[in-house]
Amino acid sequence: MINRGEKMIIIGGGHNGLVCAAFLARAGYAVTVLEAASQVGGAAVTHEFAPGFKVSQGAHLLYLLDEGIRKDLALDSHGLKMAGTGLATTSISAGGDYLRINGDQLDGPGAEPDDQAAMPEYLRMMNRFAGVLQRLHNRTPMRLGTTDRGDLKALARLGWDIRRMGKRDMREFLRITGINVYDVLQENFNSELLKGALSLEGVLGTFLGTRSNNSVFCALQRMSNGARYDLPAGGMGAVSEAIAAAARSHGAEIRTSARVRRILTEGEEACGVELEDGSVIEARCIISNADPKTTFNRLLGAQHLEAGFAHRVRNIRSNGCVAKLHLALSEPPRFTGLPDEFTGDRLVIAPSLQYVEHAFNHAKYREYSKDPVMEITVPSLHDDSLAPAGQHVLSAVVQWAPHNLKQGWSEAKVAFTGRVMDVLAKHDPEIRGKTLYSELLTPADMESGFGMTGGHWHHAEMAMDQFLMMRPVYGAAQYRTPVNGLWLCGAGCHPGGGVMGSAGRNAANAIIESAGG
Amino acid sequence: MRTVHFEHRDHWRNKVYPSPFHSRQKELNVLRTWSRWYDYLSVPAYFDATLEYFAARNACAVFDLTPMTKHVISGPDALPFLNRLVTRDVAKIKPGRVGYCVWCTDEGQVIDDGTIFHLEPGRYRLCSQEHQIDWLMINANGFDVDIVEDTHDVAGLALQGPTACATLKRMGLAGIENLTPFGLAHFDFSGTQLMVSRTGYTGDLGYELWIDPDHAELLWDRLFEAGELHNIRPMGSDALDMTRIEAGFILAGVDFMPAMHTVRPTHTRSPLELGLSWLVDFNKPLFNGRRALLEEKARGSRYRFVKLDIEGNKPANNAYVFDRREKNIGWITSAMWSPSAKKNIALATLDMPHGKIGDEVLVEIYYQRELKWSRVMANARVVKDPFWDPPRRRLTPPADF
Repeated sequence: MINRGEKMIIIGGGHNGLVCAAFLARAGYAVTVLEAASQVGGAAVTHEFAPGFKVSQGAHLLYLLDEGIRKDLALDSHGLKMAGTGLATTSISAGGDYLRINGDQLDGPGAEPDDQAAMPEYLRMMNRFAGVLQRLHNRTPMRLGTTDRGDLKALARLGWDIRRMGKRDMREFLRITGINVYDVLQENFNSELLKGALSLEGVLGTFLGTRSNNSVFCALQRMSNGARYDLPAGGMGAVSEAIAAAARSHGAEIRTSARVRRILTEGEEACGVELEDGSVIEARCIISNADPKTTFNRLLGAQHLEAGFAHRVRNIRSNGCVAKLHLALSEPPRFTGLPDEFTGDRLVIAPSLQYVEHAFNHAKYREYSKDPVMEITVPSLHDDSLAPAGQHVLSAVVQWAPHNLKQGWSEAKVAFTGRVMDVLAKHDPEIRGKTLYSELLTPADMESGFGMTGGHWHHAEMAMDQFLMMRPVYGAAQYRTPVNGLWLCGAGCHPGGGVMGSAGRNAANAIIESAGG
Repeated sequence: MRTVHFEHRDHWRNKVYPSPFHSRQKELNVLRTWSRWYDYLSVPAYFDATLEYFAARNACAVFDLTPMTKHVISGPDALPFLNRLVTRDVAKIKPGRVGYCVWCTDEGQVIDDGTIFHLEPGRYRLCSQEHQIDWLMINANGFDVDIVEDTHDVAGLALQGPTACATLKRMGLAGIENLTPFGLAHFDFSGTQLMVSRTGYTGDLGYELWIDPDHAELLWDRLFEAGELHNIRPMGSDALDMTRIEAGFILAGVDFMPAMHTVRPTHTRSPLELGLSWLVDFNKPLFNGRRALLEEKARGSRYRFVKLDIEGNKPANNAYVFDRREKNIGWITSAMWSPSAKKNIALATLDMPHGKIGDEVLVEIYYQRELKWSRVMANARVVKDPFWDPPRRRLTPPADF
C-alpha cells in the first residue's frame, strides 16, 4: 500500500516513463524520474548529429500518440506543435514510377483503377479491425483463469467488440488477424508499388517478413490510431519535452544523467534503487520504464525471481531489426520521377511484396538486407528549425538490420551504410554528392544508446503471443511484477511500442488503483 | 559429462545402458527379467520379490541405485541457487550431511523429490528420480553456479537392513558404525574413493554406497563377500517398492504426478498436499512456489495425502476411497499387505477436508480368488505414523550381528 506523498521512483525518462510520472504526479504522488541520458525522451529524442542538423534519433513519425493523453496532459499547451500532419505515403521506385496513398485516394503513375476502387473498402475493414485493438489500449489487460469480475467483464467486452462487427466482418477479422500481410494484400490489390508500401505497416519495426504470420496483427496495431502520420515540430524530442513539462507542472521531479545500476530488494519487496554513482534512493514503489529484460535480468537480477517467471522473461523475443540513417544534405533530395512537391511525404522504398520479403530473408540468417526496405522522411521540408537555411536532413528507417548479426555490428556497419546509400542512390543518383554528413544507428547502437535490449524499438516484439495479458509475459502483464512494489510502465508492457504513451498511463492507473485511488 | 565405456557401444539405438553392476546382476538374475529405469537396465526381481523384501527387513539387501539422476552443483552461488530451487532451507544441510527435499514450479506444484548431499563446503550433489537438467539449467539464470549431470559417472548401491552396518564393518569400513542418519563418510577403496551415506528408501537401517563405475564390480564383489555371513541378498525394484510403502515414502509417477509431466493443471500436487509441509520453509525470502504455497496455506489445500490402515488382508491397489455415506472422496496410490507390520496398508490421496488422523473411511477393494472376482467395502482408518519405523533406523552405533 502506497500512501500519497510517499516517494515513487520511475527508472527511465522515455515517453512512457514521463507519461506515467505525469499521471501519478497529477494524482498527488511524489514522483522522481531517473533518466540515464542527459536529456529526457529515451528513443523519442531530437539529436544534433552534425553541426546545425537535427533529427529524431529513434522514431521519426508520430502516429500512435493517444489523443486522450495529449488532451489530459494538455501537451499542446506544454509546447507540442505539429510541423506536418497527415503525411501521405508515397511508394517510390528506381524506375521513376511512383504511387501516392493519401487517405483512401491513390494517385501517380503507379496507381491502377482496380486498386483505386478497392482501397476504400480495404481501409474501412482494416480500420474497423484496428479499432478492436485500439479499444484494448487504454486498459490494464485482463487476466485469464481468474473469477475476478473485472477480468471476466473485460473478456466479455472483447468478445462483444468482435461479435458486434456482424457476421461478415467478424469472420474476416478472425480469418486474417493471425495471418500474413502478403496473403491479404494479394487478395485485395494488383499494383506491386501499392502492396509493397502497405506491407510495411505489418513489418516495420518487427522481425517479420511479409509472409510471416502476425504481420496482419502488427499492421492493425500500427493502424490503431487512424494510420495518420504526423511530424512534430522540433522532432520527436519535442513530444518528450512536452510530456516532461506536463509532468513537472504537476510536481514530478525529473533527474537526467542519473543512471540506475540496480533495483534494491528486501525479502520480496522492492525497497529502492542504487545509481551508477553509488548513491541509494529509498522508495517502496519503483516503476521501470526500461525493457523487461533489462528490468528483470540486469537491474533486479533473475535470482530474485521465481525460476519459471525468469525463464519466461528470458524467452521474450527482442531481436531488434531496425537501423536508422540520418543524412545532412546540402540541398533537398530529388527522387527519380517524383514531383518535388511530394518529397516531403512519408516515402517508402518497398517496390514489391517480393522485394520486402527478400529484404527480410537475410535477417533470418543473421545477415543484413542486401537491398533494404526504407521509410524516408525529410522533416526539414516541414520544419526549418532542423537544418540551416536551404539545407536539409533526411531520416530513414532501414530494414532489416538484425541485432544478432553474424559478424557483429562494429565490423559490418560501414559496409551496411554503403548498401543503404547504394539503394538511396538508385532513387536519387545525386544523393552522395549532396551528403555533407551521415550517421547510421544500428540496433547495437540503439541498445547501448537507449538501453533497450536487442536494440528493439518496442522493447519486445509485437505479436499476438506477446500482446495483452501476455505482454511482456504472463505474471507481469498487469504492470505489477512478482516483486512487491516493482512495476513496469514501458513499451514492453501492453499495449506496446510506438510513441503511444498508453503503457505509461495504464501503469499509472494500475498503481493508483492498487493504492486505493 | 563422461561417456560410459561399456562393451555395448550401440546404446544409441535405444539409449538404455547396462548398469556398471550388470555383469554381477546378470549372474544373480534368475528370472532373466529386466526393466528400464531411464537410461539403465534395472532388475524388478532377481528371484522372488517377497524373499528379497525379507532380506531387506531381516538381514541386508543390495539395490542398484546407479540409474538415479545425479548432478553436482558447485560455484560461488551453489547455496543460493539450491535455496531458490528447493522448498527447505539448504543452509541447514551442513557439509557431510544429506537432506531430503522437494522442488516446485512457480505455481507451487511438485516437480520431483530427491536428496541433496553436501559433499564439501559449497559443493553439492542433487539426486532425483526424474531427469532434471533442463529445469536446473533454467534455474541457473542469474546465478554463478556450475551444474553437471554426472549420472553416468557415479555407480551407486543401496545396502539396507539390520545387518548392513555389520557387513560394511566386515568389508573394512572402519568407524562406519559411528555414521549418524543422513551423514556422509568417505573411505579409501582400492585406490579410489568410496562415499557412504546413511540414507535409503526402506525406512530402516541402511546405507548408500557411491563409487566410480570402474570400481563398481569390485565393490559388488567385496560387499557380497563381506556380507555372506550376514545373509546379504540382491534386491530388485519390486521389493524396494514394498519397503518404501511401509516406510510411507512417496514415489514420483505413482503417488503424485511430477509437474513437468502433467498436462492437466489440477492433476499436480503441492508439497502441502503430499504431507511434506515439514519440508517447506516459509522463513526463506524466496523459493520457487513460495508465493503460491503461502496462498495455498491461507486458502486451504485441495487434497490430503494419508496413510491408511485397512481391515482384512486384500491389498487395496487402485481402489477408490469413500466416506461413511459412500461418497467418493479419493483413491489409493500405493497399497500392499505389509508382512512386517502385519497390516493391510495403503497410501492415498483424499479430497479435503477428509483424511484427518483417526478418520474412518471405506475402501472399495476388488480381488480375485481362483480367478473369481469379488468386491469388498473394507473399513479403514487414517493413521499418523509410518507402518515400519524401527528404532534401529536411527540408532548410532547400530546393533552388531
